Amino acid sequence: MSLAAELGLTLGELELEVELAVGTGELVVLLGPNGAGKTTLLRALAGLVPLRRGRVVLDGVVLDDVAAGEHVPTEQRPVGFVFQDYLLFPHLTALENVAFGLRARGLAKTEARHRAAAWLERVGLAAHTRSRPRALSGGQAQRVALARAMVSDPRLLLLDEPLAALDAATRTEVRRDLRRHLASFDGTRLLVTHDPLEAIALADRLVVLEAGRLTQTGTPAEVSAQPRSRYVAELVGVNLYRGLADGRSVRLPDGGAVVAADLNYGEVFAAIHPHAVALHRQPPEGTPRNVWSGTADTLEVIGDRVRIRVTGLVPIVAEVTPAAASELHLGDGGPVWATVKATEVTVYPA
Amino acid sequence: MLRSRIRLTAALAVAALVLAACGGSDDSSGGSSSAASPSEIKVFAAASLTAAFTKLGEDYSAANGGTKVTFNFAGSQALATQIQQAAPADVFASADITNMDKVKDLVNTPQNFASNLLAIVVEKGNPKDVKGLEDLANPDLKVVLAAEEVPAGKYAKQVLDDAGVSVTPVSQEDNVKAVVTKVSLGEADAGIVYVTDVSAGGDTIEGVDIPEEQNVVATYPIATVKTSKAPDKAQSFMDLVLSAEGQQVLKEYGFLPPPTT
Amino acid sequence: MTTTARRRRAATSRAGAPIGFVVLAALAVGFLAIPLIGLLGRTPWGTLGAELATPRVLLALRLSLVCSLGAVAVSVLLGVPLAFLLARVAFPGRNIVRALTTLPMVLPPVVGGVALLLAFGRRGLVGQWLDRAFGITLPFTTAGAILAEAFVAMPFLVITVEAGLRAMDRRFEDAAATLGAGRWLTFRRVTLPLIAPSLGAGIALCWARALGEFGATITFAGNLPGVTQTMPLAVYIALETDLEAAIALSLVLLVISLALLIALRDRWFPTA
Repeated sequence: MSLAAELGLTLGELELEVELAVGTGELVVLLGPNGAGKTTLLRALAGLVPLRRGRVVLDGVVLDDVAAGEHVPTEQRPVGFVFQDYLLFPHLTALENVAFGLRARGLAKTEARHRAAAWLERVGLAAHTRSRPRALSGGQAQRVALARAMVSDPRLLLLDEPLAALDAATRTEVRRDLRRHLASFDGTRLLVTHDPLEAIALADRLVVLEAGRLTQTGTPAEVSAQPRSRYVAELVGVNLYRGLADGRSVRLPDGGAVVAADLNYGEVFAAIHPHAVALHRQPPEGTPRNVWSGTADTLEVIGDRVRIRVTGLVPIVAEVTPAAASELHLGDGGPVWATVKATEVTVYPA
Repeated sequence: MLRSRIRLTAALAVAALVLAACGGSDDSSGGSSSAASPSEIKVFAAASLTAAFTKLGEDYSAANGGTKVTFNFAGSQALATQIQQAAPADVFASADITNMDKVKDLVNTPQNFASNLLAIVVEKGNPKDVKGLEDLANPDLKVVLAAEEVPAGKYAKQVLDDAGVSVTPVSQEDNVKAVVTKVSLGEADAGIVYVTDVSAGGDTIEGVDIPEEQNVVATYPIATVKTSKAPDKAQSFMDLVLSAEGQQVLKEYGFLPPPTT
Repeated sequence: MTTTARRRRAATSRAGAPIGFVVLAALAVGFLAIPLIGLLGRTPWGTLGAELATPRVLLALRLSLVCSLGAVAVSVLLGVPLAFLLARVAFPGRNIVRALTTLPMVLPPVVGGVALLLAFGRRGLVGQWLDRAFGITLPFTTAGAILAEAFVAMPFLVITVEAGLRAMDRRFEDAAATLGAGRWLTFRRVTLPLIAPSLGAGIALCWARALGEFGATITFAGNLPGVTQTMPLAVYIALETDLEAAIALSLVLLVISLALLIALRDRWFPTA
């Protein structure tokens, strides 16, 4: 029960080159910025987008093999797809929507409706079987879409930003339900999102897709601890640098240097959390190994902390208390010194 | 505010222009606005007169300092109705007396100017070997007649009834020329038209005579219309048709002289 | 005038429509309504019943309904697949085909009739083969009248349905595919219901056009009561001899056409 995909395709301006394996029982979340190709990848796995090269195998069955000229058409793939805006058929009731896949695959009308009704009850919508999609709320429509995709027992469940169309309040509740339904699903699951919170909440394993390429994969903890791209770093909220390590010092391409506590050699990433950065108006005394001069640029209040972007040879984002920010008059900009203890620098191979 | 006023004026100006354009053309058909009688006359004539009258029109123009003669050729029944609806005609030439009678209050005294006989029209070479009226009753033959309201259709019905031949046409055409067209296109096998239509029909068709004892004589009257804006010119056209010269032209196109009664 | 007062004036005129539009629109309504009012004004209401009960009128009416519905059926059968291909498949020469389908809309109907004769007449391109091989001739038959009406009316259906297909969200068809529906099932149970308004509008226009068709019918199919004399032809013939009968017939056609448009308007032209 697994998916092994290795594919390349071009769609308009997007060039997708991806190698992806999803094992049984693991819920893989595909995370990435808009335009990265996440939806396209899902559509390709469903057979809706032609491949330029590659091979897709699901549970040992070849769905696509460009070299051998094999392509299983979408309607013959055991795939369930939950679309971003659900795409519930507006002219059918919720029950008919859910029963659609069963009837399309040859099941008798009564039996199909029976099973569809059971699924609607499972997602808590027994009272809405006769409702048209336009009469349903966002959360209800999402559940119908999920039931519709799952009722035919697909081997691969693809979810394209299933919570994106919901407002913040509904989202948390629906996410909980979604997690529960996905947990009880025994096939392969692949979910796409651009919301890091959702990714972290749902994923067993995280796969990051940027501009058609996979940049990182690992558990949410692994990915946040060691971001490997600017995008992930910004999501997680750390300062990320890439450079050449020679012992304790990491030389950055623009000329600056970061000093860490451990020894490392070769191409590395260096991550510094904003709250580990101290800011001074005067050249600091003391023993921090990292001292950089720069200019205080933009200020952002996040909850009970203040984030300041500092430009300079080593650009960095610092997080301080509001008290500290006003004391140093950081809002006025001007020259500052940023210091970071060597022990606060995390270095890992690139 | 100034802009909406300009828009209003523009709209009213357009409206005025449109109304003026439609309202104006009642009097001078074609738009010539001279105070004296216009240099054009309109002749409504039966379809069977197309070739002959066109020639007469040219002769008239040449003899009358370029006065233009415009023709409206159609089934006489259609022309009569148009004249009843006050269509601008100066002269009316009908293929039967019935239709002239329909407009007797609207025209001056009519005069008979020609007669015509009927003939069967078939494709060149007579592929279906039609010899006479009796053959037209053959159910395998596609026969086209003019509608009964059309003089040619009325005459045809008369001829067939008198001969005791029952014909089911496949179509009832609106004027006699359309009957000729259907036969010359090869869509119909035969039709009943005037002898003049056969000679005017070109080399795709030929005629089969209807013997005199079975035939009817169509009488063609002509009259000037009372509401004509050019009564003198209308009269002079009518005179040309009745003159020896006009009669000669009609003869050349296969018409017979009017009945002498 | 002060600036505030001027702005107020402009605001009021902006609330409705520009004055010029109102005038021109009123002209348009007049242009369309006055002939109809004229017709109603000249209707011989007293003898209307008698005029309409004549067998000739009933024959023409029945024939009109049969032929127009036949034309709609032909148009739907051939036109919907054509619209689908034009909207979805980028085949070579697509633009030419699209121009071809709109041609009957701009062609004078009589010209259409002549073209049909040259194609399907007894000596026509296809017609002569039909005659020789199957003994089928189309001119002078009811089938011929249906063909003539379909020729002029089908483009309305194709254009409207093609527009509807282009406008619909094709991802619904993707969704149907992921649910296991093949192309035909998807078309039947998803695409068609989604384009139902366009299809309905197309059928209404097609039907109205077929009902009113005259030029191509009289040229190609001929004029014979009970076989090819549809209502418009009956009106035309009657017009030449009996104006009152013509008006009565025209009134019937008018009422039918209006009823058709009104009945369908609510369903297929949803007002906002």
